[in-house]
Parts: sequence; structure tokens; C-alpha cells
Amino acid sequence: MEEKITKVSIVISKGGLDGVYPGLIMANGARMEGIEANLFFTFFGLDAIITKRMSKIKIATVGNPGMHMITWLGAVPGMSAMATSMMKKTMDKIDIPPIPEFIEMVADSGCKLYACKATVDMFKLKKEDFCPQMDSIINVGKFYEMAAGGQIIFT
Amino acid sequence: MPQKQYGNAVVDVDGEGFLTDFSQWSREIAAAIAKEEGIAELTPAQWKVIEFMHKEFKENGQVPSVRKLNKSGVISTKELYEIFPGGPAKKAAKIAGLKKPEGCV
Repeated sequence: MEEKITKVSIVISKGGLDGVYPGLIMANGARMEGIEANLFFTFFGLDAIITKRMSKIKIATVGNPGMHMITWLGAVPGMSAMATSMMKKTMDKIDIPPIPEFIEMVADSGCKLYACKATVDMFKLKKEDFCPQMDSIINVGKFYEMAAGGQIIFT
Repeated sequence: MPQKQYGNAVVDVDGEGFLTDFSQWSREIAAAIAKEEGIAELTPAQWKVIEFMHKEFKENGQVPSVRKLNKSGVISTKELYEIFPGGPAKKAAKIAGLKKPEGCV
């Protein structure tokens, strides 16, 4: 029999709904299977745990070929907001929570949430800018330390 | 189809031990499955989750997600993970005699 996965550390490096959700779903899914999970937010992925930003994350309609939208149409004011609102409604129907609720849920499941030190320094952020579920601000070395003995997934 | 014996009762199960016919479920079978899952005795809080799962399943044919359990006020996510360690929705559904939850969340 294949050896079971017992621990995962997931890096969320991209902003936007399509950048943040996959990592959250994978981390939450891991906890649901009894797998130990860590989440490491870096670069624009950090938006997901910044209190002022976490509820305002949108889907990009420009420069996002996955949206199958011609560039000028995607650039129409309000297009990104509209696409975001439509996507959120659809997701709620299949029980995928909005990002702030998802962060709370995944933290309550026992997954640990970390912010990347380099990004925090670059954007001049402080611990107070983050949601209470954020465990600590750590550097890459510390990330590898806590990821030891498990799989690392980069999204 | 595989079968499993709990006490005097024989039940139909899938490859992972989930009951395939809910009508064969009983509280005694639940207690026996719980033992297999490392829960020596089901507490009132665990029964509350199981009963809510039954209610949801009867009403819309779905095994409720962790989110739904939390939102319904039956149990907080934190507590759910505490009382069903190692996979809350899956374990609770198994003990409740329901199918394995299919959703990703």
C-alpha cells in the first residue's frame, strides 16, 4: 500500500480569488482528512490574511486568459467587481465560504497560518495589519523548518 | 458487496466501511463503528452531530459539510475537530451510517 500523506505545507503566493482559493481548499481538505497542514502566505497572497483586504479580494478580468474575456471588455469599469460577485454567489451555493470565513474555518480546523517576513518588510506591514488567525511572521528558513517531514505545495 | 458484522447485525458497507444502506443503521452499530474509529463511548455532543447529520440527510439527501455544521449552530468547527479527531466530517458520517462526504470543503 502507498504511504499516506501525513503533513502538508502550502504556499499561497498569488493574489486574487483564483490565486488564494486553491491553497485554502487544499489546506482545509488536508485537515478534513486528518492531515497536518500549514499555510504560508507570501507576496500578493498575503492579502488573504490582511484584515483590511481579505474581504475585498477580486478576480482579475484583465490579463487573465482563464476568464475567456476579450481585453477591452475585461477593462470596462466594474467588470472585475461583477465577475467577483457572480463567482462568490456560485461558490456559496457549493458551500465554499468567502475568504474571511474560510480563513477562520481553516484556522479552527487546526491549520497554522504564517506570513512571509520578506513580503511583510517589503510592504512595510505590521503584525496588527493581520487577522487574528495569523500565527506569526516567519522567514523562509523557519518555513522549511516547520515544513520538515511533510510535503510542500506551492500555489 | 462487502459486509460487516457488528454484534448480531450484519450490514452492507463500501470499500472503506461506510454503510451503503442507512436502514440497517442503529445506535448500537454507531457505537461499534465509533469504537473502531478510536472513540470508546459516544458523548452527547457527538450524538448531537450525528442526529443533525441524519436530519440534513433526510431533508436534502446530502451529508452536511463542516461549514454547514458550524453555521447551523450545532457545533463549532474547532469543537468538531476535537471530538472527531483525524477527519471530522468523514468520521461522523461513517458513525452516522451515511455515505462518505463528497464535497471538497
